[in-house]
Amino acid sequence: MCRIFVFERREHAMKWAQHISTRDCVVMDSFTRCFKSNPPEPWNWNVYLFPLWCLGVVVRYGFLFPLRVLVLTLGWIVFLSCYFPVHTLLKGNEKLRKKLERGLVELICSFFVASWTGVIKYHGPRPSMRPKQVFVANHTSMIDFIVLEQMTAFAVIMQKHPGWVGLLQSTILDSLGCIWFNRSESKDREIVARKLREHVEGADNNPLLIFPEGTCVNNHYTVMFKKGAFELGCTVCPIAIKYNKIFVDAFWNSRKQSFTTHLLQLMTSWAVVCDVWYLEPQNLKPGETPIEFAERVRDIISVRAGLRKVPWDGYLKYSRPSPKHRERKQQSFAETVLLRLEEK
Amino acid sequence: MGNTSSMLTQYDIEEVQEHCNNTFSQQEIVSLYQRFCQLDRNGCGFISADEFMSVPEFAVNPLSQRLLRMLDGLNFKEFVAFLSAFSSRASLQQKVEFIFKVYDSDGNGKVTFNEMLDILRDLTGQFISEQQREEVLTQVLEEAGYAKDSLLVQADFMKILGNSSLKMEVEVPVD
Repeated sequence: MCRIFVFERREHAMKWAQHISTRDCVVMDSFTRCFKSNPPEPWNWNVYLFPLWCLGVVVRYGFLFPLRVLVLTLGWIVFLSCYFPVHTLLKGNEKLRKKLERGLVELICSFFVASWTGVIKYHGPRPSMRPKQVFVANHTSMIDFIVLEQMTAFAVIMQKHPGWVGLLQSTILDSLGCIWFNRSESKDREIVARKLREHVEGADNNPLLIFPEGTCVNNHYTVMFKKGAFELGCTVCPIAIKYNKIFVDAFWNSRKQSFTTHLLQLMTSWAVVCDVWYLEPQNLKPGETPIEFAERVRDIISVRAGLRKVPWDGYLKYSRPSPKHRERKQQSFAETVLLRLEEK
Repeated sequence: MGNTSSMLTQYDIEEVQEHCNNTFSQQEIVSLYQRFCQLDRNGCGFISADEFMSVPEFAVNPLSQRLLRMLDGLNFKEFVAFLSAFSSRASLQQKVEFIFKVYDSDGNGKVTFNEMLDILRDLTGQFISEQQREEVLTQVLEEAGYAKDSLLVQADFMKILGNSSLKMEVEVPVD
């Protein structure tokens, strides 16, 4: 953390005690740490283990990977051949269509999970479809969505992506009631807030899933939650997700790899093992601000998943901190100085 | 990030150590090198102002612009030398020298009233009037026994800060 120059008067001597710890943050800072990929320690470093590792590579790339690609392709064929008929033919019968589409999306997500040999343990009560509730979870990669979607067809709020992901977003995910936003548009926020509110009110809408961190974090830390999800005036159900790093590091470092590369990496690893905890629904306590509420929920999730909390806004990945922070420091220092002046 | 310490030879480490007057141990220099490479995103051998500003904790510091002027374009050896004032092994003299350099923005070896006022302005922003700033500074200088228009040199800084406990230390994480 940064501390600043402090004027101190001591026995008629001018004391300029300097507590600069800017050096501290040049050497190591708590923000970059959250987005650092932490690859597991190499264990194949000697003459006995190396051949074993090579064998492992052969098994993973030569046997498991083609098998998984096959499973996934099969899954897509089944999904698409059921989805389009349902989507077009049952246009009149909304309720049935929605039910079938939900089931199909859950199915394709199960296929995805199978294609990584996902071993997912769900703890806690299954999410129910009720109005006036919203689900929040910590974010490590886009696969978080798939992992959760496998069990319950959530409507999620996501950044609109380019490429094949974007195509999927605009066709299939749209029918689930998903909401898209664009980080770079500043006016976007009000529109999105309105859409969120509308969605939560509707009783037939799929339960809404929000990742309040706003960006992928490396599953060791949590960054500050955005308050948008917490000022909708409804119950917030926290979900904690923790991946077991021994099998694969599921962090999607979007600066380093595209989503396709990330998926391929998962498909050539042994397994994706994770724990999902559905935690107790929380409500805004009387006298609590949305920001305090968000922090409280972040606490609950971090404790459950064993993550460390960090006081930074995830969006600082994409932009500079606002001048407000600097001004706050200046203000506190100015107050100290004025105090000294008055003492005279 | 990768294992960057393999790019530094023993000769390199010793050269850097000599340049910073042995204020950092060899392992610390290796850690600093990893950090340097991490900050130097485009790998051009020095950290640009932009890359420094991408560290939020640095960007919110009121003195960041001033420090950037001193840090901009430094290669690794100079970077370590710059940080040497913050090592636990650095002498008080070295720390005071660093502080002096921060204040002496035109680098002529003398700190004027206006230069000190500049720093005070950076630190307090718009939350205090210019007149109040001048008042405080004049008072502080008088208490230390200096007239308003005196030019302070490093020896003066050493005298004033000499018997204070300057907490200017940074721990370099070593794996």
